[in-house]
Amino acid sequence: MQKYSVFSLVKNAFTNHQDWEVAWKDPEPKKEYDVIIIGGGGHGLATAYYLAKEHGITNVAILEKGWIGGGNVGRNTTILRSNYMFDSNAHFYEFGMKLWETLSQELNYNVMYSPRGIINLAHSDAQMNAYARRGNSMRLNGIDAILLGRDEIKQMIPFADFSENCRFPIHGGLMQPRGGTARHDAVAWGYARQADSMGVDIIQNCEVTGFDVNNGKIEGVQTSRGSIKTKKVGLCVAGSTTLLADMLNMRLPIEAHVLQACVSEPVKPLLHQVVTFGAGHFYCSQSDKGEMVMGGDLDGYNSYAQRGNMPMIQHVLTGGLAVFPNFSRLKMLRTWGGIMDMSMDGSPIIDKTHIGGVYLNCGWCYGGFKATPSSGWVFAHTIAHDKVHELNSDFNLERFHTGKIIDEKGVGPKPWIG
Amino acid sequence: MLEIKCPYCGKRSQNEFSYGGDATVKRPMLGEEISTEDWDNFVYFRDNPRGKHTELWHHVSGCRQWFKASRDTATHEIFDTCKMNEAFNE
Repeated sequence: MQKYSVFSLVKNAFTNHQDWEVAWKDPEPKKEYDVIIIGGGGHGLATAYYLAKEHGITNVAILEKGWIGGGNVGRNTTILRSNYMFDSNAHFYEFGMKLWETLSQELNYNVMYSPRGIINLAHSDAQMNAYARRGNSMRLNGIDAILLGRDEIKQMIPFADFSENCRFPIHGGLMQPRGGTARHDAVAWGYARQADSMGVDIIQNCEVTGFDVNNGKIEGVQTSRGSIKTKKVGLCVAGSTTLLADMLNMRLPIEAHVLQACVSEPVKPLLHQVVTFGAGHFYCSQSDKGEMVMGGDLDGYNSYAQRGNMPMIQHVLTGGLAVFPNFSRLKMLRTWGGIMDMSMDGSPIIDKTHIGGVYLNCGWCYGGFKATPSSGWVFAHTIAHDKVHELNSDFNLERFHTGKIIDEKGVGPKPWIG
Repeated sequence: MLEIKCPYCGKRSQNEFSYGGDATVKRPMLGEEISTEDWDNFVYFRDNPRGKHTELWHHVSGCRQWFKASRDTATHEIFDTCKMNEAFNE
């Protein structure tokens, strides 16, 4: 594989950039693979990469019904953080943060990891107490957290509404300085390129239409490009999880919901952190191109449409204007939607299933992007060893029967409310 | 913007309503002997179809009645709505 560097850039400039190698190949599916990963998004590509790199399993195919990176890895708002209170989440996401910090070097692909800090705004004494508690829990788990007062927040985002009579006056906030953003497409492409170079077949326009299960064990999959044999299958299909699970007679604690995001026209550097305004169902960061990247709540009803409706965009932006009144003259560039696999406790499921050789990676709700490296890492471990890793042992399916659910937000099994 | 036909008030825009989730989920009868698995299935597990979905809506900024809707989760088309104790026409 051609290594990307400033020297290769200069060298290729002399040939008008006509001689770059393709970043990944476009192979025909083989008759049989050791492992098949369904879903060529961030998690599927990362899983294949870590299977090859950490476990030496390279006879792997990624089957993608569309094109790689066309689903949620290309539709999120690119935020990275590990500001969780519960131990299972804290350990898992912090492991991911450590992978993010060196990911560009590891993949030889600039994922533009930007630890600009993420600030959760607080609007009451009670909320400040809750954030102090969450910050302390984070620090006890070795995660960076700073409790900020009103004046400190004012120095960072002076253009926010700090007037006395606003509905949600800013009392302070909790900040994770190492949180930030990364370029989502680069994450997908970086993993794809490295996985491909180690022998993984990335097969696009290949939809899985059925599974061959015999005596409780997987033997192969049926696809729009023929049948393929395998002994292990990993599902990384986010919003489409139930559709595949139905083919395996698996009923899951998941509902599909649409989440929208939007960006404004590009403006000069203004917002240097990621800011969340939970009271107004709004969060925002500024992309490297200068666009304000904004998001908020689910549209609020079950949906498999990768597009949403105007009422929620209006609701989110109304909240946004409450905290950043100077955004009122920004023009919107575009809005889009993605399908969230909303689990009933808001936490993911990374586990084996009742079918031998079938592994499940789903339930990411609206937090899947930041988990891309850690999810791929533990899922590869689970597939390679047929055994969950300590980091994902709590993210099991069994918890919906044992009662050991991980409900970080405490909203219960009504995902559209969260 | 969805247009939802409240069986009591007629067609109104989506922002008068709030969503109540899957209407096919049935709470076990009070005092009924059921297995913990049946209870878990009621609380956490859903069919989650792509296509026709029977769901609850609440006309919260209107007549405040709950009702059922049959809606396509892929196209958002609403086929029919009916009162809680009625069945769809289709």
